[in-house]
Amino acid sequence: MARPKIPRKSTSVDMTAMCDVAFLLLSFFILTTKFKPSEAVTVETPNSVASKIAPEKDVVMVTLNKDGKVFLSTGDNSSDKLKKKEIIESVNASRNLGLSENDINALVRAPFIGVPLEQLNQQARLQTDQMNDKTLPGIPCKDTTNNQMVDWMRAVSDVYQGTKVNLLLKGDNLAKYPSFKNVLTAFKKNKLFKFQMVTNPESVPQGSDLWKKNISGKGAEE
Amino acid sequence: MAEMDTSGGGGHKKGPGVKKGKKMSTRVDLTPMVDLGFLLITFFIFTTTMSQPTAMKLNLPDDSATPEEQNKAKESGAFTILLGKDNNVFYYEGMLAPDGANFKSSNFKDIRNELIRKKQNTDTADLVVVIKPTDQSNYKNVIDILDEMSINVIKRYALVDISPVEDQLVRLSQGEAASPPAAAPPAGGN
Repeated sequence: MARPKIPRKSTSVDMTAMCDVAFLLLSFFILTTKFKPSEAVTVETPNSVASKIAPEKDVVMVTLNKDGKVFLSTGDNSSDKLKKKEIIESVNASRNLGLSENDINALVRAPFIGVPLEQLNQQARLQTDQMNDKTLPGIPCKDTTNNQMVDWMRAVSDVYQGTKVNLLLKGDNLAKYPSFKNVLTAFKKNKLFKFQMVTNPESVPQGSDLWKKNISGKGAEE
Repeated sequence: MAEMDTSGGGGHKKGPGVKKGKKMSTRVDLTPMVDLGFLLITFFIFTTTMSQPTAMKLNLPDDSATPEEQNKAKESGAFTILLGKDNNVFYYEGMLAPDGANFKSSNFKDIRNELIRKKQNTDTADLVVVIKPTDQSNYKNVIDILDEMSINVIKRYALVDISPVEDQLVRLSQGEAASPPAAAPPAGGN
């Protein structure tokens, strides 16, 4: 019996379409990606069901690492940097630190402030890559007698007087409660009663009251 | 798509002396390019941070208010949560009994049920949850419990310093319960 002849087909596939798709996706990811800013202070934030995206303007961020060290930073945009300069100048004036103009500018460029007030001029001379949570001692706020966060927060509230400030607190999972409490004390002493805590998003457990609320449509927590 | 029409303009015949150029295929093998494309895609997928950090709001009470103004919580509606070390949670309802009889132990999973039960049994206007973290609890515990408040839509809650009596009670119960073999490594504390 004669077999029907099967015409031999070429096995090479036209890759053009696939190539198009690949590069379309590639351009999408390139455009949407936002590199994590290299963080000198490593902080693992806890999860919460809060759905509001952390603000990026007019930000004053207090970072609390797992050893309880406290760091202060502001947003990256130019207006926030200006405010940072004002904050540093204000602290400089109120505590008679005698920082030079150069020192202040160096501190403004630094990603965060993480030394006691007396050592600010030393931090000003450090290179940015030398600043991390291991080399710097953090802003002291352990005890009530020398809570320098209070000074910083006073400067913050002075500089942002009348305008809205987004006070963010970014704490590590393992940070102990007392250090958190000390930061809170510093906030309270300066009548900064509203602040936000940076967290990772988490889904709302099914069946909980908040879940029901979100489902029913009137959701959207304040 | 990737080919080009190379057959010169129509049926123009070349003279007898003109050599016929060899027709080369303009088809390019796109496989390596696709490979490269997908490699880069994988790279960007992994490095991209899709989840923006969220922010949780917290309003602090004004401490300068006199105690008389502050403590208006009805005893029946009060629910106090104490946070101990190693993610231990303790709670009691109303006032703490002098002998500590209503002082109960719990954990982060079960506390939600307790909160739901309390919420159902109590008038919404009266319900106040008092959160008292001990010095051994960590930041995550505090956030988790504040998160429980928003999960269970509890409007009134307060973060309060622990009293010595309660602290003693927490320490005692953690010592007695001989907390499970230190699962969490002791966080670098001060």
